[in-house]
Amino acid sequence: MILRMEGVSKAFGGLRALDAVTFEVERGTIHAVIGPNGAGKTTLFSVISGEQRPESGRILFDGQDVTARPAHLRARAGLVRTFQLTRPFPALSVLDNVTVAAGAHLRTRKEAVAAATGTIERIGLGAYLSRPAGELPAAARKQLELARALALRPKVLLLDEVLAGLTPAEREPMITLLGELRAEGMTLVLVEHVMPAVMRLADRVLVLDRGSVLAEGEPAAIARDPRVVTAYLGEDSDDALA
Amino acid sequence: MIRRLVVLAAIGVALAPLPLLLPPAQEAVAVRALMFAMMAVAWNLMSGFGGLFSFGHAAYFGLGAYTTALLTVELGLSPWLGLLAGMAVAALFGVVTGYLAVRYRLKGAYFALATFAFAEMLRLAALNSELVGGAVGLTLPVTGEQGWWTLRFDVGDPAYFWVALLLTLACVATVIVLLGSRAGLNLVAVREDETAAAAAGVAVVRHQILAIGVSAALTSVAGGFYAVYYLFVSPDLAFGPSVSIQAILPAVIGGVGTVWGPLIGAAVLAPLSDVAATVVRTPPEFLSFLQGRSGLDVIMYAVLLIVVVLAMPRGLYGGFARRSR
Repeated sequence: MILRMEGVSKAFGGLRALDAVTFEVERGTIHAVIGPNGAGKTTLFSVISGEQRPESGRILFDGQDVTARPAHLRARAGLVRTFQLTRPFPALSVLDNVTVAAGAHLRTRKEAVAAATGTIERIGLGAYLSRPAGELPAAARKQLELARALALRPKVLLLDEVLAGLTPAEREPMITLLGELRAEGMTLVLVEHVMPAVMRLADRVLVLDRGSVLAEGEPAAIARDPRVVTAYLGEDSDDALA
Repeated sequence: MIRRLVVLAAIGVALAPLPLLLPPAQEAVAVRALMFAMMAVAWNLMSGFGGLFSFGHAAYFGLGAYTTALLTVELGLSPWLGLLAGMAVAALFGVVTGYLAVRYRLKGAYFALATFAFAEMLRLAALNSELVGGAVGLTLPVTGEQGWWTLRFDVGDPAYFWVALLLTLACVATVIVLLGSRAGLNLVAVREDETAAAAAGVAVVRHQILAIGVSAALTSVAGGFYAVYYLFVSPDLAFGPSVSIQAILPAVIGGVGTVWGPLIGAAVLAPLSDVAATVVRTPPEFLSFLQGRSGLDVIMYAVLLIVVVLAMPRGLYGGFARRSR
C-alpha cells in the first residue's frame, strides 16, 4: 500500500466535494477514479497533491502522514499530479518547462537540462524542444504535462484525464506508455472518462458520486454493479459500460 | 548565460571611454542613465521575471541612499561600506515586507499598492525623523580626501561615470547569473503559474522572497550612488513616488522580462529627461510659453509610454527581438 486516504472530507461553502472518502492504492498498480461530472474527482487530486487542505481525514503516502505537507514537498517526495486543463509555463520553452521539474532532484541546471531532455525524447516531444509551451497544439500540451510530471520521478502519478481531448490515434501511444510505466513499478491513479481505456488499463476502479465512494473493486465487477450504472448513466441503461 | 556575460562585458568596454568623449553636461546625463539602468534592471528582476509588480522601489532606493549618506556623514565611513550596508538594510526590508505581502496572498494591483504603501511609510518616517534630518535631509561633505576609497572627485570627473558603470555592470551580471541558475528558471516558472510550479516541486514563496531580496539590494546600490554623486538626500528625492516610477519606466519602455530591455530604456529615457529639462529652462522661440513650467518631463514620459505600449507592447528591445526572429 503506497497511498491511503482515511475519511477525507472537503467542502466548498455548502457543497460537500469530498465526504469521508477512504480508499487505498497498492504499489505498482493502476487505480482508476471514475464518476459523473461534479463527483469530486478533481478535488480528490487537489487534496492528495496538497493544493487544497481537507477539513478532516488523513492522507498517508509511502508510510508517512503527508496531510499537512505543502504541495511542492509532496511533489518532490514522489506524489505527483497532472492537471486536467493543462498548465504549462507558457513563456518557457518545452525544455525549460520540464527542466523546472527535473531540477527538483538535481543540483545544477546542467544536470536538470540533461535529465529533462531524456524525458522529453521518451514522451515523443523532441521536435518541440525549444518551442514556447504556450504555442503547442493541444495533444502536445497533454504530452508536456506528462513529461513534466515524469521528470519528478514520481512514485505515485496522479493523471487527471490525460486521454481527454485526444483523437483515438493519439490515445494509443499514451495508453501504451501508461502500461509501460506500471511495468516499471510506478503507481498510477487515473481520473478518466474514456471507459474502454479504463477497463483495459485499470487494476482497480474507484467510483465517486457526489463526493462519496459509491463502489470500489475490479473493473469487471464495477461495470456490472447496478448502482454504478445508475449513477453514471441514469436508469434503463444496463450494459452501457460493458 | 556565458554569452550574455560576454555581451555585457562588451557593452562595458564600449561605454568606458564615453566620459572622455562627452562634454561634462552630457556626462551627467550618462551618469543619470546608468542610475536609471540599475534601478530598472533591479525592478525587472522582481517584477518582470518574478511577476511581482512593484510600485514601491523607492523604498529600497531610499534605504540605500540614506544608509550610505548616514554612514558617511555621521561615522565618516567609506561610501563603499555604505553601499554594502545599504544593500543589507534594503534586502532585509524587502524580505520582511515582501514576505508579509506574499504570505497574505496579495496579488497584482494589491501587491503593487502594498509596495507603494511601504515606500510612503518610509518617506513619512524620514520626514519626521531628526536622526536623518527630517524634511531638510542630509548633506554629504563636499570637501575632504578625494579618491576611489572616499568616492569623492571633482565635479565632472570621469571617475563618477566609471563608478556608476562598474556598479551597473555588477547589477546586470548578478541578474544574468541568477537567471541562468536553477533558481532563476524556477522564478520564471512561478511567475507563469504558481500552482503548476508548486506541483513541479518548486518552493513558490521562497523564490519570490529571493527575487524581492536581490532586487531590493540592487536598487539600494543605485540609491547609495545617488547620495555619493549628488551629495544630498531628502525624503522626497529618496522615497518619493517619482523614484518608483523611474525604476519602472525604463524597464517598461525597453522591455519587461528581458535582460537588455531596461538598459535600452534607460539609454532612451535619460537623454529625453535632459531635453525636457533644457526646453523648460531655455525654450526655443515658438515654445516660449513653456519657460519655467514644470512637468514637461512627465508629459514626455507619458507620451512615450503610451506610444511604446500601443506600438510595441513588448518594449523597444522585445519588439525588435521579436521582429528579427
